[in-house]
Amino acid sequence: MKHGFRYLDPLLGLILAPMLLGIINRVKSWFGGRQGPPLMQVYFDIAKLLRKGAVYSETTSWLFRAGPIVSLAAMMTALFMVPFGNLQAPLSFSGDLILLAYLLALARFFTVLAALDTGSAFEGMGASREVQFSALAEPALILGLAAVARISGGTLSLSGIHHGVTFSLWFQSGLILSLVTAALSVVFLCENSRIPVDDPNTHLELTMIHEVMVLDHNGPDLAFITYGAALKMWLLGALLVSLVLPAHTHDLIPIDFISTLVDTAIALCGMFLLAILTGIVESRMARVKMNRVPQLLIGASAIAALALALAVQPVKEKNGNRTHETQVTYRN
Amino acid sequence: MVIGLKTATLYNATAIGLSEVPLLDSFEFRHEVAAQIQQGGRLSALFVMPQGLDHARMFAVIGNPQQSALTVCSTMVGSRYESLTTSVPQAHWFEREIAEQWGIVPEGHPWLKPIRFHASYHPGQDAWQRDSGAEILPGVAPYFRVAGEECHEVAVGPVHAGVIEPGHFRFQCHGEIVLNLEIELGYQHRGIERALIGGPNKRTLHYMETLAGDTTIGHATAYCEALESLAGTSVPMRAQAIRGIALELERLACHTGDLGALADDVGYLPTANYCGRLRGDFLNSTASLCGNRFGRSLVRPGGVGFDLDQARIEQMSDKLAKALTDVDGAVRLLWNSPSVQSRFEDCGTLSLELSRQLGLVGPAARACGDEVDVRHDFPSGIYRYHQVAVSTVGAGDVFARAFVRWLEIQRSVAFIQQQLDFLKKLKTTTLLAPVGKMRGDSLIVSLVEGWRGEICHVGITNSAGQFAHYKVCDPSFHNWSGLAMALRNQQISDFPLNNKSFNLSYCGHDL
Repeated sequence: MKHGFRYLDPLLGLILAPMLLGIINRVKSWFGGRQGPPLMQVYFDIAKLLRKGAVYSETTSWLFRAGPIVSLAAMMTALFMVPFGNLQAPLSFSGDLILLAYLLALARFFTVLAALDTGSAFEGMGASREVQFSALAEPALILGLAAVARISGGTLSLSGIHHGVTFSLWFQSGLILSLVTAALSVVFLCENSRIPVDDPNTHLELTMIHEVMVLDHNGPDLAFITYGAALKMWLLGALLVSLVLPAHTHDLIPIDFISTLVDTAIALCGMFLLAILTGIVESRMARVKMNRVPQLLIGASAIAALALALAVQPVKEKNGNRTHETQVTYRN
Repeated sequence: MVIGLKTATLYNATAIGLSEVPLLDSFEFRHEVAAQIQQGGRLSALFVMPQGLDHARMFAVIGNPQQSALTVCSTMVGSRYESLTTSVPQAHWFEREIAEQWGIVPEGHPWLKPIRFHASYHPGQDAWQRDSGAEILPGVAPYFRVAGEECHEVAVGPVHAGVIEPGHFRFQCHGEIVLNLEIELGYQHRGIERALIGGPNKRTLHYMETLAGDTTIGHATAYCEALESLAGTSVPMRAQAIRGIALELERLACHTGDLGALADDVGYLPTANYCGRLRGDFLNSTASLCGNRFGRSLVRPGGVGFDLDQARIEQMSDKLAKALTDVDGAVRLLWNSPSVQSRFEDCGTLSLELSRQLGLVGPAARACGDEVDVRHDFPSGIYRYHQVAVSTVGAGDVFARAFVRWLEIQRSVAFIQQQLDFLKKLKTTTLLAPVGKMRGDSLIVSLVEGWRGEICHVGITNSAGQFAHYKVCDPSFHNWSGLAMALRNQQISDFPLNNKSFNLSYCGHDL
């Protein structure tokens, strides 16, 4: 039955991702006592940009044009590996979580190259910041995922992690999962250039990180970038949601079809909740000073490292001396 | 000419005869200005009035808060003179202005560049030996350069991402740290001072009101007080009170808007959202007074054009009380949010010493702990009868500049409420007194504490009682160099925040 839904997972992301940005903007507007833009505004923006022509600076080369395309392609590929709800990810193999990290890095690398290609002082500054901060955010992501992989069954695959994390695992290794959730939340806010790391709404070039790198892109290129950013938010959000809200109802509901639907609905609610939470964080908090951002990210990496250290340490259970290792074998 | 006295003493908005202004030789002049500044004076204006083709008379207007008095002295200069800046740093911008306007070179000036990028008013005499017909492009000038590993230059403007005025900012950075910021303005130079000569005429008041659009009341009041004093007009009490109310409403609107903008710059939405609306409430109060949100055509020579009747007094009083409660709620969030405070504190700190050296004015100076406030130091109009306490904070950082604004908001509301009560009891209903002809061959200095700080207008009349010279000093003229200094060794990403904490006028500087 599940195989029928095989491509529903990335399809949901492709369709619904821009909605997350719409929800965040609405929440922020609501906090500000305003009505705010329509939920579908990001879709309208993308559609509008796709219909426009593009203007290219004479000083730029193919790199500048390749930037948006490569990053969007990388995000789409990554989307095929991230499971959602009870839907199977179409692509799943041991080590795909490392590929995920590198796809994110590839997208970033090309965005940075495109930014540097313009020769603008602003974009150079943004590229420098992006590279510095992502170098600090990457360990948090990889160490965090590794820790979860270790306790959830030992497979280095996102689908494996997704199925390994259950509510009962939260009872057994709640501490590790909480630490990883904290680390991934910081990564989520940083990678998606949200407050407190970056301010997606600012018009001040000197304070921007991600936005300033794409100042020279316009038309369809900007549409790709906007859409790619939405996909990135979706896939990092899906990781967080599958960690915090591990809905696996097939034990409760015997019919596969219905349990899959329920799980997916729960995961969707989780995504929207995450968007609302992000909106609340942005409405209640100021941005941190730029030179404090590394502290935040190093903190997240440290938390993820601690989680990994705890995960590698064989955990003794109260009754019996089974370690996780044996428990995993037992469950398999 | 007064023999023996080196300076003439005068009071704010009180005219003296031009012949009473001592004419010193250049050495005495330099010595006198430096000595006055040393004793705690502030250079309010330094300008040159041409006398024939070869010579010009240089005037220095110095404010002495201790005596609540101003001193004026003058000297004759040719095409060159020894720069004052070496001993009086706050003269540096004035001397650049003089060099640009009249081609008079201050020898020894450390960094002589144009400030507004227009041709010399003296044809054939140019401080930089440019051809008289050569095109002068704004912003094209030598800049400080820093070279070396990891050093880079960032140029911002004159076209900006937001809806703001044009100005060029050149940063010399080492990584994310700003080593030096140089600010070049002049994109909005319209030649207002030149257009005022021969006046006053029907246009003059409009020039004053649009000199810096957000300081309409401030500049119009400074001009009207100068005119009234020269004409010997006594402004009715009711009009003085209404001018005071309007000036404080202008301060309220701008300070509230600034606090919201500061919150917006650090991405703190609650305060940003509410202050935007509340600024509108204060502007609307001004509109209910005269029909224009910025107070255009309210202040007129001889008084004011609009009255506040009993019903509108009550209405304004209620609205203000409500607005203050709302501002209190919105602004308190700023002081109570650690995330905001960590951005505001220790950001763009200026010392009191530096503030005095640069001659900063207004909230920027008061945030360094300098007790300068024209309403207190050199009161004129209604402030002679009703005092406003000076609000200072010592820290000198963005927090201090924000908090000074909050203190002033509270005091301005209290002041307006007091004036509204006063108006209710006031029997006279006269709003405008007739303004006669201005006395000839006189000099007038008119100071007003606008929301950005000291507004200084100096008028000199000819024998026919018309303006032979008119000098305007917007507070921004003094404070731009404060912003440049505040940025030293700061993160370049904190520039917008610092810029907003000063919130200076481009057109007020460019004139």
